[in-house]
Amino acid sequence: MAIGDMIREVDKFTWEIPVQAQAGMRVPGIVFADRRLLERAENDRALQQVMNVAHLPGIVRASFAMPDIHWGYGFPIGGVAATGLEDGVVSPGGVGYDISCGVRLVKTSLSYPEIRDKLDALMDEMNGLIPKGLGSKGRIILSRREMEDLLVKGASELIARGIGWEEDLEVMEERGRYPGADSSKVSEKAFERGKSQVGTLGSGNHFVEIQEVDETYGLADKLGLFEGQVVIMIHSGSRGLGHQVCTDYIEIMGRSIAKHGYQLPDRQLVFAENQSAEGLDYISAMACAANFAMANREAMTHWVREAFERTFRAGARKLGMDLLYDVSHNLAKLEEHSVDGNKVALMVHRKGATRSFPGRRPEVPSRYAETGQPVIIPGSMGSNSYVLVGTEEALEKSFGSTCHGAGRAMSRKAAKKQVRGEELAKRMRGKGILVRSASLSGLVEEAPEAYKDIREIVEVCEGAGLSKKVARTRPLGVMKG
Amino acid sequence: MSLMIETGAVEPSQQVRLEASGIDLKSLLVAWLSEILYQVEVEGWAFAGFRVSEMSDTNITGYGTGEQLDPERHGAKTEIKAPTYHMLEVGRQDGGWSAQVIFDL
Repeated sequence: MAIGDMIREVDKFTWEIPVQAQAGMRVPGIVFADRRLLERAENDRALQQVMNVAHLPGIVRASFAMPDIHWGYGFPIGGVAATGLEDGVVSPGGVGYDISCGVRLVKTSLSYPEIRDKLDALMDEMNGLIPKGLGSKGRIILSRREMEDLLVKGASELIARGIGWEEDLEVMEERGRYPGADSSKVSEKAFERGKSQVGTLGSGNHFVEIQEVDETYGLADKLGLFEGQVVIMIHSGSRGLGHQVCTDYIEIMGRSIAKHGYQLPDRQLVFAENQSAEGLDYISAMACAANFAMANREAMTHWVREAFERTFRAGARKLGMDLLYDVSHNLAKLEEHSVDGNKVALMVHRKGATRSFPGRRPEVPSRYAETGQPVIIPGSMGSNSYVLVGTEEALEKSFGSTCHGAGRAMSRKAAKKQVRGEELAKRMRGKGILVRSASLSGLVEEAPEAYKDIREIVEVCEGAGLSKKVARTRPLGVMKG
Repeated sequence: MSLMIETGAVEPSQQVRLEASGIDLKSLLVAWLSEILYQVEVEGWAFAGFRVSEMSDTNITGYGTGEQLDPERHGAKTEIKAPTYHMLEVGRQDGGWSAQVIFDL
């Protein structure tokens, strides 16, 4: 029987794949989508992956899929899976190769007319300050000891060296320092890959974008956002260090699973018990990669501020360049949630999904207690991005999770067949968007037509109660690797 | 390699030894590709070609030939995060070997 025949509509934006749909499922699949997105998910085999994830030992309540779901390596992208800390497992595939790929938004007190004439100059400054693309070298050189400190302390390690602001920590997840990080659990190869990549952007769908807030929906002023405001969005992850940590632990856990003779529906779904040596080691290494990612985004923020200072000849603080929030969308977090009336410790995997907590949660900075945790949703290149906030309903429905972005609708190969680089750059310029890209072919793979419609994704998340819109932005200048 | 650069632009003037191990053929292939990626990212190699000297189901040694990576001259395209097991196939075919690998870019 096709998956389509087995899916049950729960409400307009929620669909259930029953636990009987496939032998081995321990919990049902829950997909947040409208009909159109559900059909797309079915066609690209993502729903099969949602069912595979439901096999994980110790998985609690459901294998969740966000509206921007599409197929990934083992876990789908846009998948959420929580496992019991005591008796459940942790899976590197549920986090992704790019551990703590995440996004942050930096505010300014400037409005678009004030920067329009200087945008080109600003982009040039940023382009010169931020290393990106294949073969680029980082500007921050650390000794081995300093790298180890960075992996344990995260962003605060760079802030102590004058790179970034102390007050930024307040509005980062875990205050910029994921606890339990142990650099001895990170391999030599990972250290070597990360060494020359501190504060680099990477390539693929990573970017630094200067944007204008073009629509607000209430609560915006409480977050310090206004229509016409110039903001900067930074989307990047843990670079080669995180990718290597994932690769390493897939091998380590793979060997362990092979020894125990356990059958996996998909090799990328390897796991280890949360309390086992391999599980605890991975969690410590993942924490290191998350700290590396947050530190990198802090370094790039520092250079963005510097670019603005040089261009507008004013201090970044005077320009109101405060950090709104920094949030990951590829991470597993230890969180306490209510399950059947009891408080339970869970390892919540969010891969291509963003934590979306209401303000009363202890993890949310006190300044957002009233509004809810900011959720930053980067759109694909040339399209809108969004700022949302988390909700109570998200806690009940998805362990406090929402989408992370538009999700690909077309493979990179297909995009390259359909879109020509020069034509795309011209189209972007025609829309008034300046582009700085390290690679033209990389640019083409990121063409807007290769992605789903972000507005639809965000509306479905709101319809399902997982997050609430606060502001929409449009790009003015895009910098890519 | 051709995902990352224009391999035609690489001079095969130098050589570096490569080796990898795994628990089976699939993990061996992933380990071999990871080693090549490491050489590109960390040691700054641009490779024109590769040669396998010895191979079993769990171990492989060989060489990569190329030169120092120059992003401009070699037409840098994109970085690779990792080779994955997704839809990975490897096996003997027509007296040689055939493989399909999906990379996370």
